[in-house]
Amino acid sequence: MMIIIDYDTGNTRNVKNALDFLGVENRLSADPAEILNADGLILPGVGAFKKAMDSLNERGLVPVIKQAANAGIPMLGICLGMQILFDKSYEFGESTGLGLIAGEVVPIPDNLGVKVPHMGWNQNRSQQADPLADEFNNQFSYFVHSYYVKTAPENILSAVNYGIQIPSIVRKDNVIGFQFHPEKSGEVGLNGLSKFKEMVENADYSRN
Amino acid sequence: MLAKRIIPCLDVDHGRVKKGVNFVNLQDVGDPTEIAAAYQKQGADELVFLDITATNEKRKAIVETIEQVASQVFMPLTVGGGIHSVDDMQQLLKAGADKTAVNSAAVSNPRLITEGAEKFGAQCVVLAIDAKWNPDSQQYDVYVNGGRKRTNLDAIKWAQRGVALGAGELLVTSMDKDGTKSGYDIELYKQLTKAVNVPVIASGGCGKLADFVEVFDQADVDGALAASVFHFGELTISDVKNDLRKDGVIVR
Repeated sequence: MMIIIDYDTGNTRNVKNALDFLGVENRLSADPAEILNADGLILPGVGAFKKAMDSLNERGLVPVIKQAANAGIPMLGICLGMQILFDKSYEFGESTGLGLIAGEVVPIPDNLGVKVPHMGWNQNRSQQADPLADEFNNQFSYFVHSYYVKTAPENILSAVNYGIQIPSIVRKDNVIGFQFHPEKSGEVGLNGLSKFKEMVENADYSRN
Repeated sequence: MLAKRIIPCLDVDHGRVKKGVNFVNLQDVGDPTEIAAAYQKQGADELVFLDITATNEKRKAIVETIEQVASQVFMPLTVGGGIHSVDDMQQLLKAGADKTAVNSAAVSNPRLITEGAEKFGAQCVVLAIDAKWNPDSQQYDVYVNGGRKRTNLDAIKWAQRGVALGAGELLVTSMDKDGTKSGYDIELYKQLTKAVNVPVIASGGCGKLADFVEVFDQADVDGALAASVFHFGELTISDVKNDLRKDGVIVR
């Protein structure tokens, strides 16, 4: 069972729609037992970093998500759900993230001659060979965000050019993030979600 | 860098897609979900749904339409027509829309733009403007109520004010060009894109492939919207994109 972590954020329904459309068995849940027993986890997110973390904290989900990640359950963060996988953000003051991947979330500079937010279809370029990144290489996906992730090159599978290089897919072991919205990226996005489902099915991890 | 967006517009009346020429003469063309799915397949970058009966009808029909479309079609969806409150916006966003477009209600209550942007983010609030050239005053007048009522607003200034209030995008229809198939109103979009720093979507007048090339080449718009040329199969999205690609425009 794929669990979409339910913490009162914006794009949950569209993520669920996409999984339903693909025939992926899924459920929205904020129940720690369900999250820890999931085959795969999706962490959606739209809005502000601090509010999202507050929302997870109120539901007592921060240690649960960390435990699930450490147990090796494949986890996909989408958009803000990807950003909160990192250590901290500077959106509306400094706030602490889940710390599952080393790095921080900073504003897209406003002196690049590009419009902020970065909103629209941008072209992914693989930075490393990886089945997920391959799915998106040279393909356009749909972005809406004003902050981006700074992390070590080893964590970046794919990036897009927006005056600077913006990481579009990140990965550390079983923890994956898409900066774009696969649920809004047409067929390419659906293919990416299918690929994640395959990963979940083939995941080789033990639950201690 | 970002791809230029090709955006079919679906005028929806009681759950059916219609297209009025010059805002009249409705003609039934089909089921919103089927049409939206076909456009996704063709490579549309976004869809705009305009609830053309919303002003006098209940909102339930369009919310249901968006729920159905969002369960089958996976690309950005913008909904406009008869949005009067933050609650209207919320219902549509919850149903699966990504952006809501405000027009007449924003003219009578500009605070609506700010309230929506504060609650959902500027990217969720599109300011739609119907503009018509006024040869006497030598400016573009803003019209409301589906193009039936002229206001005293200058479209370029209203666009700037809307962005200052929080609008994250402008969807601007040239009433002079709408329904004529004689090309987009290049001068209008030149002025607009110089005046604001948010995406501008051109609408009205598209009749042939060259019209798309012209508007992207000559005015720095981010997207071009069209309805009848796509609905009646005169052009496909892929025709348009192939043509733009040949011209060096970045498309998906």
